[in-house]
Amino acid sequence: MLRFLLNDTLVESDELSPDLTVLSYLRDYQGLCGTKEGCGSGDCGACTAVVVSLVNDKLCYRSINTCIAFVGSLHGCQLLTVEHLASPGKLHPAQQAMVDCHGSQCGFCTPGIVMSIFALTKNHTRPAAASGQRDVIDQALGGNLCRCTGYRPIVDAARMALDACCSSSYRDTFSAEAAATIAQLKSLQSDDSTAHGAFYRPRSIAAVCELRAQYPDASILAGGTDLALLVTQRHRKLKQIISLQHVEELNYCTERDAHWCIGAAYPLADFQQHFEAQCVDIGALLKRFGSTQVRNRGTVGGNIANASPIGDLPPLLIALRAQLVLQSSVEQRVIAIEDYFIDYRKTVLRADEILVEIRIPQSSLPAAADGPIVKIYKISKRLDDDISAALAVFQLTMKGAEVSSLSAAFGGMAAVPKRAVALEQVLTGKPLDEAVLALADAALEADFKPISDARASEWYRLQVCKNLLRRLAVEVNDSRTATRVIDYVG
Amino acid sequence: MSGDSRAQDSAVKHVTGAAVYVDDISRTSDQKYVAIGGSSIACGQIESIDLTDVLASEGVTDIVTVDDIPGHCDIGPVFPGDPLMTSGAVDFMGQAIFAVLADTADNARRAVLSANISYHEETPLLDIQTAIENKIYVRPPHRMQRGNAQDALPDAQHRLAGVMTVGGQEHFYLEGQVAIARCDEDGGVHVQSSNQNPTEAQKLVAEVLAIPMNAVVIETRRMGGGFGGKETHANASCCFAALFAVRNRCTVVCRLSRRDDMIMTGKRHNFQNRYEAGYKSTGEIEALCFELAGQCGSSPDLSDAIVDRAMFHSDNAYYLPNVQIDGLRCKSNTVSNTAFRGFGGPQGMIAMETVIDEIAFSLNLDPLDVRKRNFYGETSRDVTPYHQQITDFNVPAIVDQLEIDSDYRRRREAIIAFNKSSAILKKGIALTPVKFGISFTATHLNQGGALLHLYSDGTLHLNHGGTEMGQGLFIKVAQIVSAELGLAVERIKVSATRTDKVPNTSPTAASSGTDINGMAALRAARELKQRLLSHVTETFDCAESSVQLSAAGVVLNNKVVQTWSELAHSAYMARVPLSATGYYKTPEIYYDRDNARGKPFLYYANGAAVSEVIIDTLTGESKILRADILHDVGQSINPAIDIGQIEGGYIQGVGWLTNEELVWDAGGRLLTDGPATYKIPAISDVPEQFNVALLADSPNAADTVMRSKAVGEPPLMLAISVWSAIRQAVAAATDSVAFPQLNAPATPEEILRCLSALKSR
Repeated sequence: MLRFLLNDTLVESDELSPDLTVLSYLRDYQGLCGTKEGCGSGDCGACTAVVVSLVNDKLCYRSINTCIAFVGSLHGCQLLTVEHLASPGKLHPAQQAMVDCHGSQCGFCTPGIVMSIFALTKNHTRPAAASGQRDVIDQALGGNLCRCTGYRPIVDAARMALDACCSSSYRDTFSAEAAATIAQLKSLQSDDSTAHGAFYRPRSIAAVCELRAQYPDASILAGGTDLALLVTQRHRKLKQIISLQHVEELNYCTERDAHWCIGAAYPLADFQQHFEAQCVDIGALLKRFGSTQVRNRGTVGGNIANASPIGDLPPLLIALRAQLVLQSSVEQRVIAIEDYFIDYRKTVLRADEILVEIRIPQSSLPAAADGPIVKIYKISKRLDDDISAALAVFQLTMKGAEVSSLSAAFGGMAAVPKRAVALEQVLTGKPLDEAVLALADAALEADFKPISDARASEWYRLQVCKNLLRRLAVEVNDSRTATRVIDYVG
Repeated sequence: MSGDSRAQDSAVKHVTGAAVYVDDISRTSDQKYVAIGGSSIACGQIESIDLTDVLASEGVTDIVTVDDIPGHCDIGPVFPGDPLMTSGAVDFMGQAIFAVLADTADNARRAVLSANISYHEETPLLDIQTAIENKIYVRPPHRMQRGNAQDALPDAQHRLAGVMTVGGQEHFYLEGQVAIARCDEDGGVHVQSSNQNPTEAQKLVAEVLAIPMNAVVIETRRMGGGFGGKETHANASCCFAALFAVRNRCTVVCRLSRRDDMIMTGKRHNFQNRYEAGYKSTGEIEALCFELAGQCGSSPDLSDAIVDRAMFHSDNAYYLPNVQIDGLRCKSNTVSNTAFRGFGGPQGMIAMETVIDEIAFSLNLDPLDVRKRNFYGETSRDVTPYHQQITDFNVPAIVDQLEIDSDYRRRREAIIAFNKSSAILKKGIALTPVKFGISFTATHLNQGGALLHLYSDGTLHLNHGGTEMGQGLFIKVAQIVSAELGLAVERIKVSATRTDKVPNTSPTAASSGTDINGMAALRAARELKQRLLSHVTETFDCAESSVQLSAAGVVLNNKVVQTWSELAHSAYMARVPLSATGYYKTPEIYYDRDNARGKPFLYYANGAAVSEVIIDTLTGESKILRADILHDVGQSINPAIDIGQIEGGYIQGVGWLTNEELVWDAGGRLLTDGPATYKIPAISDVPEQFNVALLADSPNAADTVMRSKAVGEPPLMLAISVWSAIRQAVAAATDSVAFPQLNAPATPEEILRCLSALKSR
């Protein structure tokens, strides 16, 4: 039985097909057409709604793209849609600010933008005047495209809504009714059912492995931000889905044996929060990883397991020398992440295995005592919510002017995310000067034969990665020279 | 005096999700869904079509091919060339061959995938250069000239020549193409469509179905964005929905998936512009030749007028004593390109601004000084290449004010200093003007109509020929009517645009929406007001001069003597007709295309922008640091709405010139077929400092509605300042070794390519 709260109504169903998206459910089954379909691929945010879940007995509000979320993922949660935001006769501050600031023109992206601003007001408690505000707003709304306004009034509306919601005297209806919502969600959690139809919600790794053996063709669902594209873009049907969302033993981040051990179903949003304190560049990368909606659903394991050559985490994890734990019902094995990827979308993961844990050596992070330098360079056409044309990650230590150790990995440069072995060899033990960089260029050409596609040409990919070595050299040798337009404040 | 900054008519409905778009119209149990089957090759002949498996797919109830069209197959808006479906020649990848009807949209889209179609494939024509060389056009070339550029060029003190490519642009309206059709008891059809051009859709649906126009009603309440992409390319969805609705006597939705929308509907024309200029040491231009070649795709669509508008705007704000402009309409095996905000104007204007930049570069002058030296004059140097006299030219005043307000000169100095000390990051700044001609260049389209009904309770229903796509037309026209009648805006209901309310309308395009429909509504309001005033003077036996209509009602000698509901009721009882129509045709304009002379524009909308950018010379990444805009909207009817158009237009233009890149593969397949690969601006692309102002005290000298100026398209071209600033930064990074041949869009890759080319010199 699938049970969740749709706004303030309890929904219970065994009938809904496993691959039904939340958006389709809202529009086609519930007639709630306020939530719009702009792209059906999680790239525009018009379909944004907010999922409320219980975390440590508190309500946690997260925006999601409903077009790439399956309805089964709502089990035990509340889904808030744009229709439910206003109280009778009174708009929510997120709505009122959008009206007052002329934040809508054609209005089609507006419900999604309102929901993203609403989620921002629930997750951010400082008023808008605080410093760094634009950054917070950009992050909350980077996954919401608007083609009409040019965003200026939307930024203003987000500021106004934050100001209204953060005043000490203000509580919106959702905060006022939090106790009742918590009670309702708790009663939903007491439900011990583990499926609706062929949508399976196992609670343990053992149960996942069992289901995997039972349904070898079933799709493994983590966040679904990639899997759902099979349904919405390729028009495939997923007959059985095994969701990892309720496997608590896959959702954690903990210290063990000098490693950060991360459960495969650990959401990217949590990964971002945890690791931005460990490494500035990881924080910067995660800000540009998909959008808030994607990071709220997508998981660390999902970004690895789907084996895309352009996922942003694998090059990072390769350069950090992370390990993966793969488990079947009979055995567990630990491999270096760089050995996981075989070829385009091919991995060593066996049909009876799942990825359960990612282990990052703490010594590979700058936060460690005598920790290395970690530099991450993401190159894409757009700052927000864009897939990397190329991604370069360097973990290095310097001894004087010389590189004493280097681990380098690249995304977008080959059929798999890949370590730059020749490059590492050329640079290790050498200073980062022009003569060495000339050798490094040749090493990069030996390491990579990139392709031309919609994002960039072969020439650009190779050239920009060569140039990123120069950026690295400047940043390592001379920290005073500005090297990144993204961070530049004029 | 400016009007009120009222919210968009549906603002509250937008934020609550209550605004109904076509796909939100409540479902009926007999409703069915269309998916279109397109060709998988770009050029060739269809050899066989086997749809057996499609018909056998789950949920499919009907299939149509070209043989099932009762009437016309060609839905070309001006010239033939756009078959609704093809069974023979294939001219672009994704061209419609068949369509299916199924019980759900998913089932329809899945069914399409199982078609078996075989082709005799031919080599597609994909690049504009080949089309130019072989003179493969969808329409004949056109030339404008004044003076004698060919003779003047050799005599000029300095000469330069160049070529640049300008990319196209996907509209990416957030709401894709969609129509829903219901048949009526007479075999007619009612279509609700997201459509900028309901009358055109009405005509084409009637032609396709072989029924009279009076059997077809097209209704458009609102669009989730249009930008020109729903001027002609919304019609196919209407025709498919109507065709199936009438065949199956059920309700039919035709909504393209985002991917189909991007593949099957046209985009902004990409251009290849050649120029050759002769000029003095002061930077003054003596002679200029342009060849502007637009890639039109597979058919003429609106390309004749679009390339004409590129030509009309290749002078921008500058006087060209000897000028020759050739416009080419190149064919290619790609989807037929179409209207997009600016309608060719931006592609022409950017050529001119490039010439100015290159002249300034060659003479080592501030480009702003070269711009100023070439501006049209007040009393001389005031004739365009198409022989229209320039009047009321306020670009110099706008530029002077913006130069001061934005602190342009000091910032330019600061940037020069910054670039000397910054090894990797380089800055650029540019101030560029916009002069954009207002009126359809197809003269007959410059007409508008409106219909007012005053009901006996004193509320008003307002219809006009314009469509609402987010630009705020409905609230602006309501404000116009309100101001004329004295009736509060809250008492005026603007409802859907319908072909059975106001007939024979023009598309909501060419920035003309408020100018023509607002004026028509104003005239209807005047008519109605006159009848009401006559009634009042009879009722109260008073002179008309002592009566005013206000929001409170009838004011006689400064006293309210009747509320609006009392007035309307009493007028009704007195058998005063309370419905009025209004009609407007733009005066004065004409264009003799055979001789390329005339006055195609009633007036010009002007503005200017200063953009400051920073680029990374290692990666080609760029960012806008600050933008300052001063724009002339005449006397604003609604300043908030106008500023929204200016900001939105600028950022849309920034997208066109920076990150929005359309990529096809060698077989003619569009690779950027979704928002994962095609990147329109997002929120972080908006500069931290973004100052937008309306030019104060500038009522339109032309007799337009409330002396306002059109604002839809012109601001898009303010973004040329960004592209120009990027080039300044590239030049600074390469010690000005040569003029940077920067193409548009200036993606990180294009910027790096340009830097590399200069560095290897």
